[in-house]
Amino acid sequence: MKQLNSILFLFLLSILMVSCGEDDAKSRDSRSGGAMASNAAERVYVAPGEHDEFYAFLSGGYSGNLTVYGLPSGRMLKEIPVFSQFPTSGYGYSEETKPMLNTSFGFVPWGDAHHPDISQTNGETDGRWVFINENNTPRIARISLETFETEEIIEIPHSAGNHSSSFVTENTEYVVAGTRFSVPYPQEDIAISEMKGNFKGPLTFIAIDDEGRMKIDFQLKMPGFNYDLSHPGRGDSHGWFFFTTYNTEEAHTLQEVNASQNDKDFIAAVNWKKIQEYVANGGGQEIDAQYAHNVYDHETHTATSTMMNKVLTVDPRDVEGAVYFMPTPKSPHGCDVDPSGEYIVGNGKLSTDLTVHSFSKMLKAIENKDFDGDAYGIPILNFESTLAGTVKEGGLGPLHTEFDGEGNAYTTFFISSEVVKWKLGTWEVLDRQPSYYSVGHLMIPGGNSRKPEGKYLISMNKITKDRYLPTGPELEHSAQLYDISGDKMELLLDFPTHGEPHYAAGISADRVKANSRKIYRLDENKHEFAATSEDATKVVRQGNEVHVYMTTVRSHFAPDNIEGIKVGDKVFFHVTNLEQDFDVPHGFAMIGANTSELLIMPGQTKTITWEPKKAGVWPFYCTDFCSALHQEMQGYVRVSGKNSNTPLTWTLDGE
Amino acid sequence: MKLTFKILSVFLILFAISCGEKEEKEQPKLSDPETVEEAKTTTAEVSNLDNKGVGPVKSVEIGADIDAALATQGAELFKNMCSACHKMDKKFIGPELAGVTERRTPEWIMNMILNPEKMIKEDPIAKKLLIESNMAVMANQGLTQEEARAILEYFRQFDQEN
Repeated sequence: MKQLNSILFLFLLSILMVSCGEDDAKSRDSRSGGAMASNAAERVYVAPGEHDEFYAFLSGGYSGNLTVYGLPSGRMLKEIPVFSQFPTSGYGYSEETKPMLNTSFGFVPWGDAHHPDISQTNGETDGRWVFINENNTPRIARISLETFETEEIIEIPHSAGNHSSSFVTENTEYVVAGTRFSVPYPQEDIAISEMKGNFKGPLTFIAIDDEGRMKIDFQLKMPGFNYDLSHPGRGDSHGWFFFTTYNTEEAHTLQEVNASQNDKDFIAAVNWKKIQEYVANGGGQEIDAQYAHNVYDHETHTATSTMMNKVLTVDPRDVEGAVYFMPTPKSPHGCDVDPSGEYIVGNGKLSTDLTVHSFSKMLKAIENKDFDGDAYGIPILNFESTLAGTVKEGGLGPLHTEFDGEGNAYTTFFISSEVVKWKLGTWEVLDRQPSYYSVGHLMIPGGNSRKPEGKYLISMNKITKDRYLPTGPELEHSAQLYDISGDKMELLLDFPTHGEPHYAAGISADRVKANSRKIYRLDENKHEFAATSEDATKVVRQGNEVHVYMTTVRSHFAPDNIEGIKVGDKVFFHVTNLEQDFDVPHGFAMIGANTSELLIMPGQTKTITWEPKKAGVWPFYCTDFCSALHQEMQGYVRVSGKNSNTPLTWTLDGE
Repeated sequence: MKLTFKILSVFLILFAISCGEKEEKEQPKLSDPETVEEAKTTTAEVSNLDNKGVGPVKSVEIGADIDAALATQGAELFKNMCSACHKMDKKFIGPELAGVTERRTPEWIMNMILNPEKMIKEDPIAKKLLIESNMAVMANQGLTQEEARAILEYFRQFDQEN
């Protein structure tokens, strides 16, 4: 391997030396000569102080978070906590944000984040919100692109393996949440071997209102297959949603063999507009369900968790013409719809080919009742009659496809580790580039919308191996940036990613950056325990609970001397940051507190608790280097014995 | 985990012991009363009524009388946005503000509120004040020009009444 690398290096070096003398136009022509032969470095270089052209939101996979990158530089700009506790900011530790991680199973401190998708208006990404699903304890989150904070999380009842989620329809009417591990519906204690016919794979349609608020509109009670991925129709096919399925065998053990027996599984085509109408007219059945709905309010700086107890369920067979199955070979994984909405690509992951269905042919087949039997009463369309074409021998193990808006599609092949460019309509392969290594998802900004911004493509690779300096057995995953503006794809850059990015969503920075919030206004702070001026600071004892209304400003706490706390008390530090300037957070950390720090943005209030166990004088301090006097930003709490008579006092500079 | 805790405990105990020892040995030299006294008597009090400061405010119209409503608004803003660092009657984080309208031009005061980052770098008085305030930079509280004007009116009222 090493030797190979040296040879490769020398080879590239020689190309570089030769091409150095050539003029610009010529070196542009020699793009296929590899990154070093071109001006790749220049094209990903974003000069100090300058901004990237695109935001990319990468799922953090098993970190439970969402990471924000700039493209083309590949610089990580932020990690947004979503489904996991995040001690850096106190998310999931602070009293205000603990409710965000509440579920019907109680407090769940971790999640497996999967598929970010940006809200759309008229089929274009609009930069309002990012939605992302949690696979393990099924949930969907909404992240604001004004604050870059998680604002809402809704749990999906009756689901398991929330994987074919959280894709958005073209006017953000719905976000969907599918079920990858079919389960009893509703849950019950039955023998696993009785799975076949008894388990279900509900598809949940969550309505989004103008403020972004999520509400489960209905749940479609589908047969117990594994619903793997999905995408909405657009243009003419707007009003439909397409879901890939596998394990139509309904195997419950050794699935790597038993779920791969059928030559074809299905793409389920769901006419959601029909079902929306059906439920609006009183259709469906309300059944018991337990699920948490958690909402964060930027005025109270506090989240609330509401336990919901009903959901509307719809049997697809009760709505005429609502659901059809399109046979699709080889356990299809990705389910991608081209910008026109005409082509639905099934990425048969155990195949070398891609199967492309035609929406207009599908409508015709439905009209002609061109069926090939049914599955649990849902019509199966004749394979040939919906087939638009097949991309032959694209590679091994196709997973996902995105589009450039110029009539081309780009598919990742996991087993042969490459990205393949092919032409819609003729199905011919135009180009292929290796990925390092074993690419999973790919993303073109807007690449699954009506208007892709087809300049760059990133591949998210599952295996890193030798791409970076070694860091022991555990490595970050790796992404690669390709320029796709020419006829051939060009690899420009590798950059490490956090967790395991399952999919990403990208958007022109111009559609987002102007709306990005700088501070929270103090005069809008409605937190129950806020002290919005030093005048309002105080310490209040209620039995053994003590509430400290504290403020921060460069560079002191008020109060900074507190006495009269006793062993056995539960102390709530409610800390309000009085700063009103951009990027002046303060931190708060208390010695021995069994929780995280707080990182408090200007105008914000956050709370952690501390249960002092020993008498003494215990310091707290600011964790974020806030000014030249940051080291001085500290205070003391005097803790006395349980039965002491030390009076409760709080002071700053003796007052 | 447990081991770490044990080590930490031992460390804490050692720390506690060593702290007790130090106390007896010597007083820290930093707080030499004479040096502090010297620092206090420098130039913040120097009046410079030509200096309008650096920032958006080039001239301010000031009436002969106090606009009481405006001053009340300014007092409220001062409490919420400024009082964490400034007191009227004593030097706190920043300078004492009683008499500020007699020491500085109205433009200077408003520019200091609205444009502190530039003031502490470019304005000679603000530069000196920063040093006298132990390098505690003045925070930009994101106020509007109207709000800064209201605070100025509050200062004028305070200085007239005291």
